[in-house]
Amino acid sequence: MKLFTFKPGGVHPDEMKITKDRPFVRMSVPAVVVVPLSQHIGAPNTPTVKVGDHVKIGQVIGSSTAFVSAPVHATVSGEVIAIEPRPHPLGKNVQAVVIKNDFKDEWFEPPQKRDLDSLTKEDILKIIKEKGIVGMGGATFPTAVKLSPPKGKTIETLIANGAECEPYLTTDYRTMLEFTDKVVDGFLVEMKASGAKQGFIAVEDNKRDAAEKLENRLKERGVKNVEVVLVKTKYPQGGEKQLIKAVIGKEVPAGGLPLDVGVVVQNVGTLKAITEAVLEDKPLIERGTTVSGTAIKNYGNYIIRIGTPVTHIIEQTGGLTKKLRKLIFGGPMMGLAQSTVEVPVIKGTSGILFFGEEALEMAPQDESPCIRCSRCVDHCPMGLMPLLIDHAWRRKDMKLAESLNATDCIECGVCSYVCPSKRHLTENIRSAKQAIIKQRKIEAAKQAAFEKLKALREKQEKEAAEKAKSASPSTEKGGKENG
Amino acid sequence: MDDKMIDLVVTSSPHIRDKVKVSSIMWDVVIALLPALVAGLYFFWSLHTLGIVIVSIISAELAEILGAWMFRKPVSLKDFSAVVTGVLFVMVMPPSSPYWLIVVGAFTAIILGKWIFGGIGSNPFNPALVGRAVLMISWPALMTTWKVFPRIIPPHGVSANAITMATPLNVVKLHGFSQLIAEYGTKAALYKALFLGNVGGSLGETSALLLLIGGLYLILKGVIDWKIPTAYITTVFVLSPIFGRDPLFSILAGGLFLGAFFMATDYSSSPITSQGRLWYGISLGFVTVMIRVFGAYPEGVMFSILIVQLFVPFFDKILPHVYGHRKEVKS
Ligand code: SF4
Ligand code: SF4
Repeated sequence: MKLFTFKPGGVHPDEMKITKDRPFVRMSVPAVVVVPLSQHIGAPNTPTVKVGDHVKIGQVIGSSTAFVSAPVHATVSGEVIAIEPRPHPLGKNVQAVVIKNDFKDEWFEPPQKRDLDSLTKEDILKIIKEKGIVGMGGATFPTAVKLSPPKGKTIETLIANGAECEPYLTTDYRTMLEFTDKVVDGFLVEMKASGAKQGFIAVEDNKRDAAEKLENRLKERGVKNVEVVLVKTKYPQGGEKQLIKAVIGKEVPAGGLPLDVGVVVQNVGTLKAITEAVLEDKPLIERGTTVSGTAIKNYGNYIIRIGTPVTHIIEQTGGLTKKLRKLIFGGPMMGLAQSTVEVPVIKGTSGILFFGEEALEMAPQDESPCIRCSRCVDHCPMGLMPLLIDHAWRRKDMKLAESLNATDCIECGVCSYVCPSKRHLTENIRSAKQAIIKQRKIEAAKQAAFEKLKALREKQEKEAAEKAKSASPSTEKGGKENG
Repeated sequence: MDDKMIDLVVTSSPHIRDKVKVSSIMWDVVIALLPALVAGLYFFWSLHTLGIVIVSIISAELAEILGAWMFRKPVSLKDFSAVVTGVLFVMVMPPSSPYWLIVVGAFTAIILGKWIFGGIGSNPFNPALVGRAVLMISWPALMTTWKVFPRIIPPHGVSANAITMATPLNVVKLHGFSQLIAEYGTKAALYKALFLGNVGGSLGETSALLLLIGGLYLILKGVIDWKIPTAYITTVFVLSPIFGRDPLFSILAGGLFLGAFFMATDYSSSPITSQGRLWYGISLGFVTVMIRVFGAYPEGVMFSILIVQLFVPFFDKILPHVYGHRKEVKS
């Protein structure tokens, strides 16, 4: 196997993959699940059930007619007891369907096995959409949309992302080891749906056993056009842009999508979900998640129903070992710190990390002056100048931040990680980026309104002129009023 | 759930940080300087030499407190950056410098070299070199008096009862390279002395070997970028013979190793991009050779670093390639 990597930049934090050798365990289902209506990037869903309804597993409980959306399904059978804003891992409270489990585990439509050969490309995309599949590495972009390129663009290469470069997380690793066939099947389904001619499964070289297992399985099944490639263990190797550069040597153009270079990247967990949706007829109602950190007793990898609150997870994993000071959804580099243990697992929850007091030392918040050591510049995987963008943000000079390409930041956290002065670089650059994007939207809206007005005015003038013309053709040569 | 067990803090990602701190970086620099400093104390041994090292460090710390007070900033001796400046400063001074000169220089370095520009991270020049440059202009005689110490006398050089002697670069400037070789007997003996450090010069600049070891330590620890010293020393090595100077002698003599590994690499006065640092190193080599060949002083390292640091804002314009941006290719 060849070894690839992206350049320049990146870091290698302590891997802390303490759950590496713990196989998936199916976690018990809670008495009440809280299923947020929005678990994807795109248009929010509207509920399709009412309080008091009896629902069954797999029943659609929220959907949207928008193209960029993914429906959500009931993850237990039981009674809808509330539809109201509830804590959501992304921060704010979000509309959620709260279902009281009747523990009957009844399916809405009992799943039926399907054969890939009997399905067309369109069938596959339709199933992926209906089953609510989204990117499970954390980005939660609707998978069906990702696989439907706009006119003029084609998918040539598929890359399965098994890099899992975030410390602590081992979900993808365990998925590749324990569900090797589902990953391979999902890849083949995707190849068919996208029409891609070649595929790569990229695995970091600290997971060689998983890579070898995948390679053997591909060989056994006689798959020719899919290759397993090793990528160097370096964060953020699993960043979509970095992975594409490492594997096929191309850069996604700024502001563009992987599709612009003919690539779609899919997390290995998503591939498993695709297999279960397309070949086993199961919607996305559960997922593999790493439960780890220093403050949880039985850390490990668990298969958890979507909508399971953290409180239940704490109970089921032997409880906390110390006072919980930080709860992170995702990895320590890009994950989101939570303000309550009421938040539920959603489709994009790749890991849940529990830390005690030491979390405060792991990420000291007191800044000291920038010493211009240039570590942030040397390690930024996007080639940006974090210290300068940060400086521009502090002076609220958005023009400068924009000219320093702040919008290209992938928010990987590397700059903050390496800064010896512990400056809040990623945080500030993220804010700058958001401010610029917001400003651009305002400008665009203004521009659109202006264009509209102009068109209206021109139309009116033209009509007036025509009227005048038909009334008295001689006035045509008269001075034109300034428009 | 027991609420006493849960008290969540919400901070922005990333939730882990590298262990490297400003103070750990500064300590690494001090550790890297130690071998050459100890060698300097050995070659130029007297209680006075030890005294000026201590006085320099204490003065730098006091100046740091004064600077913070003057500019109403919190005093932070914790980052040890003033210790680094104090050590570096005394290492570029003649070993026989009077105490008062060291005090004046160390205060100048910290206040004029750093604080008036806004403190750590804001100085456009290496503070220690600012201190030395000011002394050089104000007390040129004191700064070019090289006292004889027993351990640095060349085998066929100055008579035993001489009080002062010339540094190797000085001898070359005044009498030519052959005279210097004559003092040491053979070229190899000269190289050896320059490499080990038993030659005349500033307190900490003479031992190329120990400076190299310290420099490699900093490179391996990721404290400094190898490009600056490598480009600097290589350029001097390549350019010197064009002007009829012995290349090996040119890189071993004077303050080149100290300057290349420890002075030119000062964070706030060196470029922040990788490419910029390469061109910065090359420019340093060029200017150093020009001063040595055409200038009035025999040594050019200090002034060339100060001059080239003036151009750092320009080197900082050499930006890295931004992912996904194509350079305009004109056909
Ligand atoms: S967070 Fe943004 S600026 Fe910082 S290293 Fe990552 S891409 Fe670069
Ligand atoms: S890493 Fe921190 S201290 Fe170093 S240049 Fe960047 S912002 Fe400044």
